Amino acid sequence: MSNTDLEIIVEDPTAPEDDSPSVVSTRTIEIIVSLVLLALAIMLGFDNWRTGIAWDSTGPQPGYFPFYLSVILGGASLYGLITTFFARSGGSGTFVTRAQLRRVALVFIPTALFCLATQFLGIYVASFVLIAGFMRMVGKIALWKSLLTAFVFTAIMFVTFDVAFDVIMPKGPIEIGSRSLGL
Amino acid sequence: MEAFGLLMHGFAVLMTWKIISLMVVGLVLGIFVGVLPGLGGPNGVAILLPLTFTMDPTSAIVMLSCIYWGALFGGAITSILFNIPGEAWSVATTFDGYPMAQQGKAAEALTAAFTSSFIGSLVAVMLITFLAPMISSFALKFGPPEFFAVYLLTFCSFVGLGREAKHKTVISMALGLLIAGIGMDTVSGNLRMTFGSDNLLRGINFLVAVIGLFGISEILLTMEERLALRGHAAKISLRTVLKVWMDLPKYWVTLLRSSVIGCWLGITPGGAIAASFMGYNLAKRFSKDPESFGKGRIEGVFAPETAAHASGTAALLPMLALGIPGSGTAAILLGGLMVWGLNPGPLLFVEHKDFVWGLIASMYLGNVVGLVIVLTTVPVFASILRVPFAAVAPMIVVSCAIGAYAIQNAMFDIWLMLGFGVVGYVFKKIGIPLAPFTLALVLGSRAEDAFRLAMIGSGGSVGVFWSNGLVGTITTLAITLLFWPVIDRAFAAVARIWRPTPVTT
Repeated sequence: MSNTDLEIIVEDPTAPEDDSPSVVSTRTIEIIVSLVLLALAIMLGFDNWRTGIAWDSTGPQPGYFPFYLSVILGGASLYGLITTFFARSGGSGTFVTRAQLRRVALVFIPTALFCLATQFLGIYVASFVLIAGFMRMVGKIALWKSLLTAFVFTAIMFVTFDVAFDVIMPKGPIEIGSRSLGL
Repeated sequence: MEAFGLLMHGFAVLMTWKIISLMVVGLVLGIFVGVLPGLGGPNGVAILLPLTFTMDPTSAIVMLSCIYWGALFGGAITSILFNIPGEAWSVATTFDGYPMAQQGKAAEALTAAFTSSFIGSLVAVMLITFLAPMISSFALKFGPPEFFAVYLLTFCSFVGLGREAKHKTVISMALGLLIAGIGMDTVSGNLRMTFGSDNLLRGINFLVAVIGLFGISEILLTMEERLALRGHAAKISLRTVLKVWMDLPKYWVTLLRSSVIGCWLGITPGGAIAASFMGYNLAKRFSKDPESFGKGRIEGVFAPETAAHASGTAALLPMLALGIPGSGTAAILLGGLMVWGLNPGPLLFVEHKDFVWGLIASMYLGNVVGLVIVLTTVPVFASILRVPFAAVAPMIVVSCAIGAYAIQNAMFDIWLMLGFGVVGYVFKKIGIPLAPFTLALVLGSRAEDAFRLAMIGSGGSVGVFWSNGLVGTITTLAITLLFWPVIDRAFAAVARIWRPTPVTT
């Protein structure tokens, strides 16, 4: 085997440890998901039953088709719940370890904050903050690189969507203010 | 011959600088999407769909389909150089592709992968060219019962032939159909499943769901893993390309067999993943030296790549001819057609000839241009992987949010995207398949309309789905496929009973 052409190497300094303890098992999550889906099926089934699942002069009422789908969803969820509950083996592996959960939270929480910030700051300012903040705080990348990358990417997005393709994005006070100043 | 003439007309439609440029842009974006971890064909197409809203339908679909071809090509780069399959259908490519790269034959492996992708796609596009008009003219005779029966066949075959637990496929599909029904009922104008929310009045756009299910969830999943890469750099020279191409005739049986498998599994909802594995396994089984597979044999790259790409391309045949997509990405392309007010299905061939034949011609041209681009730019795309994931992840999140917002200009859709991201993450980890969910989301309202019209026509009797030979055959086939695992087991049991017991002396 020749290793002379091994040229692309990217290290991951924040990689999750292999021996991290399990937070929750796959079996538990399967049971929770089945219960949630069963509740959803009952809720949607009830709403469709209220809307009408019978026949009238124009044919099947609006709730007819989705009502039976709710029944199918409920039946399949119940089946999943029973089989998972009574399964002696299988599906009992780890759903997520503590280290993995921490890494997922490192993306999920900033993404949720980004969605919230978009409502108040506009999508471009929120994007700039997300990219720069994520690169600096999670990736430990140099501040100037993080700021420059965030600025360039946000500018490309703005030019592509708002200018070239005329797709209007949500704007916040900074974007509206800079536009009114003619920037 | 008529198809050939129309195809030439399609090429004439394409030959403008604007469309050729869009084709190149689409292919480059697609390869980029295929190479980047956390992105793939379906979400790449979904995220970039808003870019095409202001274009005419032909330009838009050419760009989108080229993103699709590009993503198919891009997956091979990471599989061969880094042993990281960008998509599930690239897994089989790693078996021999990565060992070839380890032996210093990365350029040969990449050339083989790109060339066989091209061949697989080409065979499937030829099939589309000659079969789609025939199927669509046949489908013009379809009424609501026949259309519902075909939708039912698609849904049932996903359940019956899928590899996942059956109840999980049913959950995925029923949930997709229910979500598609949220909002105002198109027939009566009544509100369904909105629970008094103004945001749910217009329903849930399937693209928002797809961006969350595939884009955000993939970022969450990718973050879970160790993101260290150790791989090979490669540059493809003209000499290597010619050497691989000169050897192609030796593998014509493998290429042909994989193309046929791919086309078949693309038209039926078997999918590219099944096609690539089946292509690889059959190449190994029929080989004179099966032991050499998995150790860096070029045939082990040809077989899965040809089958996967033939399948990915053939999935567009039922989409164009019947309005029923054969894959998740085809479902998103179909959604794109509906955004531009085009109704995929048999009437498309009659009402929008320029569009259909322009699209088919772009499949030929897109694959040729795509092949040239990937062969010449491998080092550039491979080096994208040097960019730390901490920089890539937030950029993908922003692209997803922009894509989700742009579809309906609604802030609520960004939150929905995030919610679907969590659903996708959990579903993927517990084995609930997402492809039937996407398909059901796209086809939901069409299937319901066909069902209601058929039932109104029959006065409420389900016998309408057996009212003539055609609809009866399709419905019976659908039910047979739904119960296929049970039928298969029953056949196996009967065969065991009838098999003579070996006499031991």
